[in-house]
Amino acid sequence: TSVRKLASATSTCLKVCIVGAGPAGFYTAQHLLKSRTDVQVDLYERLPVPFGLVRFGVAPDHPEVKNVINTFTQTAQHDRCSFYGNVNVGKDVSVQELQQAYHAVVLSYGAEGNRKMGVTGEDLAGVYSAKDFVGWYNGLPCNKQLQPDLSCETVVILGQGNVALDVARVLLSPLDILKTDITQSALQALEASKVRRVLVVGRRGPLQVACTIKFLREMLNLPDTRTEMLASDFEGISDTLKDLPRPRKRLTELMLKAVKEAKEETDARKRWGFRFLRSPVEVLAGPDGARAAAIRLAVNKLEGSGDAARAVTTGQVEDVECGMIISSIGYKSLPIDSSVPFDLKRAILPNNLGRVQDTSGLYCSGWVKRGPTGVIATTMNDSFDTARTLLQDMESGVLDLSVSKAGSGAISALLGSRGVRVVSFPEWEKINTEEVRRGEVNGKPREKLLDVKEMLSVAWS
Amino acid sequence: SNVAGPLRSENKVTVNFVNRDGEKITVKGSPGDTLLDVVIDQNLDFDGFGACEGTLACSTCHLIFEEEVYKKLGPVTDEEMDMLDLAYGLTDTSRLGCQICLSKSLDGMTARVPESVADIRQSGDGSA
Ligand SMILES: Cc1cc2nc3c(=O)[nH]c(=O)nc-3n(C[C@H](O)[C@H](O)[C@H](O)COP(=O)(O)OP(=O)(O)OC[C@H]3O[C@@H](n4cnc5c(N)ncnc54)[C@H](O)[C@@H]3O)c2cc1C
Ligand code: FES
Repeated sequence: TSVRKLASATSTCLKVCIVGAGPAGFYTAQHLLKSRTDVQVDLYERLPVPFGLVRFGVAPDHPEVKNVINTFTQTAQHDRCSFYGNVNVGKDVSVQELQQAYHAVVLSYGAEGNRKMGVTGEDLAGVYSAKDFVGWYNGLPCNKQLQPDLSCETVVILGQGNVALDVARVLLSPLDILKTDITQSALQALEASKVRRVLVVGRRGPLQVACTIKFLREMLNLPDTRTEMLASDFEGISDTLKDLPRPRKRLTELMLKAVKEAKEETDARKRWGFRFLRSPVEVLAGPDGARAAAIRLAVNKLEGSGDAARAVTTGQVEDVECGMIISSIGYKSLPIDSSVPFDLKRAILPNNLGRVQDTSGLYCSGWVKRGPTGVIATTMNDSFDTARTLLQDMESGVLDLSVSKAGSGAISALLGSRGVRVVSFPEWEKINTEEVRRGEVNGKPREKLLDVKEMLSVAWS
Repeated sequence: SNVAGPLRSENKVTVNFVNRDGEKITVKGSPGDTLLDVVIDQNLDFDGFGACEGTLACSTCHLIFEEEVYKKLGPVTDEEMDMLDLAYGLTDTSRLGCQICLSKSLDGMTARVPESVADIRQSGDGSA
């Protein structure tokens, strides 16, 4: 293999670095590696473990979605690809330093921030962001301590996207469906959960609901769970069906069917439903003044129609009793480094087809480029687009490829001098092996390590 | 796959793919194989095709058929339709390649891999 290494070292003169080893990072790398045989791609990842939201976002009852990890692993094992985990770009090494060492830098660091509701009482006990809640059941190290209190009957989720329905499903699912790579402590907490009713609240109407039909169908198919919708929310909706594009039409038809069937009494122990045209105004504390006991919602009406419809308040409010509130109104990208332009209003890197505005040699892909929407296939397509833009700039001479770049050699030296030790892909595989081993004990495909220190000690053992 | 004798290969089904660049690629598959199996077995290089490995969780195996072929492909489940609704460039004769099994009656059919131009369709996730 030393011969092969030597050969590839001399033939790869173009050096590209990617920041963030989630789907966007891997799909960008995949396309670059495939399209040119003279490019070396290095992935830098903040955590000791790769795969981003495929590991820490996608719900435990969607294990099929995680099959993409097989392709990502092949990419990471490619001769001309290297993974450097445990490197926090912006802190351990700056984007400017990466730009000096590489011909091009692609920022694919996702959306790790969280939109706040901005209402009084948001910080009371019992109020969580979906991001933290998802991070907790999926073993994200920084959410290990969350331990949400699941002793109430009713949970209100604000937001009606796929993440909101992931959370609703996890709260209501039978445990055997969840028993994949969910953390053992989350599994135990859910086993003891008293939650029986989940309301999923949106500020606009049924025609603007943000989830996709697969996620809705899964809610309707939950065992021992009936739907609790308000027929009045759907008045006049069936008249609009014929003009809708197919995905929206099928989604709306499925909701209408659910409303109709919900009228039939069932003896299901659990229930869930959408609540439309409601915006959070205030989280109300219980008698102790510390814990959330209800949420005050403003009643809205719609101005305009279709996707562009706006919710405006009617002045009316309504209180809904609940012991837990989860805000699922969106993930949000954060600036990484003061040298990189950032569009604070849209919370993305301002870019043109993946070229970060007002820079040279700096690109972006995934949620940090487009905003936190869409499934993995959406992220895949936009990452291929960015890779195509980058390849075009290589071919057209926009990127100066005549200078030779030191690549990972220079960065490793910098990191070494700062006391930062990286986790290589084979070292991640040691973590992987250990997680699979621990999973077997609990009859699960994997038991994730929850602590960065522990991950590192396994990696470097 | 070339170990199969002449008898076996007579049973094979010919499939034409048209890739994203409009090039036609003709291959053979066995009855019962899915179109995704054929793409993988024949090492066809359609970027990103079959990301979820045939588990109806991604829509990257989206293929477009001619009307007459589409009618012969058999019924579509709700779950397949749900994933198709997220596919780029959805048409009335779109199907997911991992859900279509080859049979002798499909011999000579053509399946087109749609272009992956980003469009701004509704694709809610984590949004309000
Ligand atoms: C809760 C949830 C459930 C989902 N479920 C599904 C599903 O079922 N099916 C589906 O198709 N899609 C699903 N998605 C969508 C999918 O996860 C995204 O489309 C995709 O992960 C976006 O990829 P990304 O690479 O842009 O971001 P991410 O996946 O977030 O990857 C970003 C990576 O960058 C790293 N990083 C961040 N900052 C730094 C830094 N400073 N230095 C170095 N590295 C850094 C992060 O650690 C992370 O690994 C879900 C999303 C969420 C939030
Ligand atoms: S391969 Fe994912 S749906 Fe067919």
